[in-house]
Amino acid sequence: MKTNDVILQFTAKIVFFIIFLFSIHIFMAGHYTPGGGFVGGLLTASAIVLLILAFDLKTVQTGFNINYRLLVATGLLLAVGTASFPMFVGEPFFTHFYDYFELPFFGNTSLHTAMLFDAGVYLVVVGVTLTIIQSIGEDE
Amino acid sequence: MNNNVVLLPILIPFLTAIILMFAPKKIIFQRTVSLLGLLVALGVSISLMMTVQQEGPQTLTFGSWPVPFGITMVSDMVSVLLVTTTLLLTIFIVWYSFSSIGKEREQFYYYAGIMFIITGINGAFTTGDIFNLFVFFEVFLMSSYLLIVLGGEKKQLQGSIHYLLINIISSGLFVITVAFLYSVVGTLSMADIAQKVATLEQPAILTTIAVLFLIVFGLKAAIFPLFFWLPRAYAAAPTPVLALFGALLTKVGVYAIMRTYTLIFIHDQSFTHELLMILGIGTILFGCIGALAYFDVTKIIIYNIVIAVGIILIGVSQMNTAGVEGAMYYIVHDMLIKAALFMLGGTIIALTGTANLRKMGGLMKRYPVFGWTYLVAAFSLAGIPPLSGFIGKLLIVQGGFEANNPWMSIVILLSSLVVLLSVIRIFIYAFWGEEQPATISISQTTYQRQLLPTIVLVAITVAYGVGAEAIAPYMADAGETLLNPAIYINAVTGGE
Repeated sequence: MKTNDVILQFTAKIVFFIIFLFSIHIFMAGHYTPGGGFVGGLLTASAIVLLILAFDLKTVQTGFNINYRLLVATGLLLAVGTASFPMFVGEPFFTHFYDYFELPFFGNTSLHTAMLFDAGVYLVVVGVTLTIIQSIGEDE
Repeated sequence: MNNNVVLLPILIPFLTAIILMFAPKKIIFQRTVSLLGLLVALGVSISLMMTVQQEGPQTLTFGSWPVPFGITMVSDMVSVLLVTTTLLLTIFIVWYSFSSIGKEREQFYYYAGIMFIITGINGAFTTGDIFNLFVFFEVFLMSSYLLIVLGGEKKQLQGSIHYLLINIISSGLFVITVAFLYSVVGTLSMADIAQKVATLEQPAILTTIAVLFLIVFGLKAAIFPLFFWLPRAYAAAPTPVLALFGALLTKVGVYAIMRTYTLIFIHDQSFTHELLMILGIGTILFGCIGALAYFDVTKIIIYNIVIAVGIILIGVSQMNTAGVEGAMYYIVHDMLIKAALFMLGGTIIALTGTANLRKMGGLMKRYPVFGWTYLVAAFSLAGIPPLSGFIGKLLIVQGGFEANNPWMSIVILLSSLVVLLSVIRIFIYAFWGEEQPATISISQTTYQRQLLPTIVLVAITVAYGVGAEAIAPYMADAGETLLNPAIYINAVTGGE
């Protein structure tokens, strides 16, 4: 018997964006409030898992045509790159830099290279979580 | 003070692993990039070794933080020697893998796994922070889980479950022990811990923590009575992976014991170091029993790892110049020769199609070069004078007599006989006797391609033994650093 998931699928589409935006918020706010790359990444992954539950693995794969293993590698590269950049300007590994910038719309904002490292963590967490879920899900 | 080069032997394999992850299916790319990465890292670490020799220990504290607050990486002579040896022998294992591991594994992150394992091991050798040591332990353990299970044969799955369980338990214990230590001294930087411990006048809780660390690292290093998981787990791995594990993984545990027992827990030696020595003797005895009991090539060499761990730990437990220097000579020798022996053993198994000694014979007629290479490696393992195992054992035995532990030295000398007997038995059964009509499972070219890296590695161990004079200053430096914690502490804190 094939069930009709129209309510689940419709809700999932809307809730996905709410969770995704919340995960971005958590990620961005990590420097001053609880949160950061790890939680943000898990939330993003769980938003995608919600879509997988509502639809199926194939549909979601056509939707997000991402190779999650490459995502892990990219995240690692970003993290290592941020951490090793100071070595080229004569500072010890993992030295971070920050400054205040006048941005349109946001106003006076402090930007910190720790955020780039966090972005790396975020990508790795999303990539690893979805690689695990995909490989177990695809397994016959 | 801060010298970024300290980090490069860790960063280069890490970066190589990331690059390898981008194209897992392209075998040529995988092979060239991994070999290239290792060669560059080896070059850097040799030049680092020269720097350490001339200018003393090099340190780097992450993120420009002042010393006890940031994570410090310390390259003193001990760690830089081990890092260089690790990179050197990994090159040969990777080279050997080309002709022995098989396309399917190569296409599924095999080389990336090796690079991550090297990242973790070099990190564990270099770090100066006890919790960071835990993190690097996990880095190489996770990669070793991948390597031991990669391929998914039944044997591998059975072995890896033992391996996984025991390592998860010991890692849990590691965290608990670090928590105890942190609640006593309130710091995680090893140099800072050593300073604080010296002012505490050794309360009983510190001796307890010392023994807990011995249990944790002893589980990783396979000392008596915690070695029970090792033979079954290691026998499951394919040859190049086994060579990597046998040469490196237990040595990281040994190094961790060496470091903590010469830097931090040095104030109650009559208990802690005595215990270490007794466990070392037990390790040797049980290793000897295992090495004699089996008729299986892999098992015999695996039990030889256990014996070597015992010998190195006994050397450290003497806490005199001869013992500690001997332990340094022996650990480097043992890493190289174990890798070579496992590679040779793997080729024997590939040629005869069996690991059972009773079913093989007569390889000498067809493969004379191979036979002589094996014989040199076997003599070298037992410690016959011009070869590499000699000087380390000699110094450890001398250290035992100097520290008034003659029995211990006699145990080591007798164990050498057992080691010699166990590896010569492989030689006699596999190379002498009637030629067996065994199914030869590899072609002549594969055999030659497996033999070449092995011969070069054995030649390096011979050079290590014959040229012991050339590396003597490095070893003396390493021994001095281990015996005088002040050198390490001053290098990290800048003499404050």
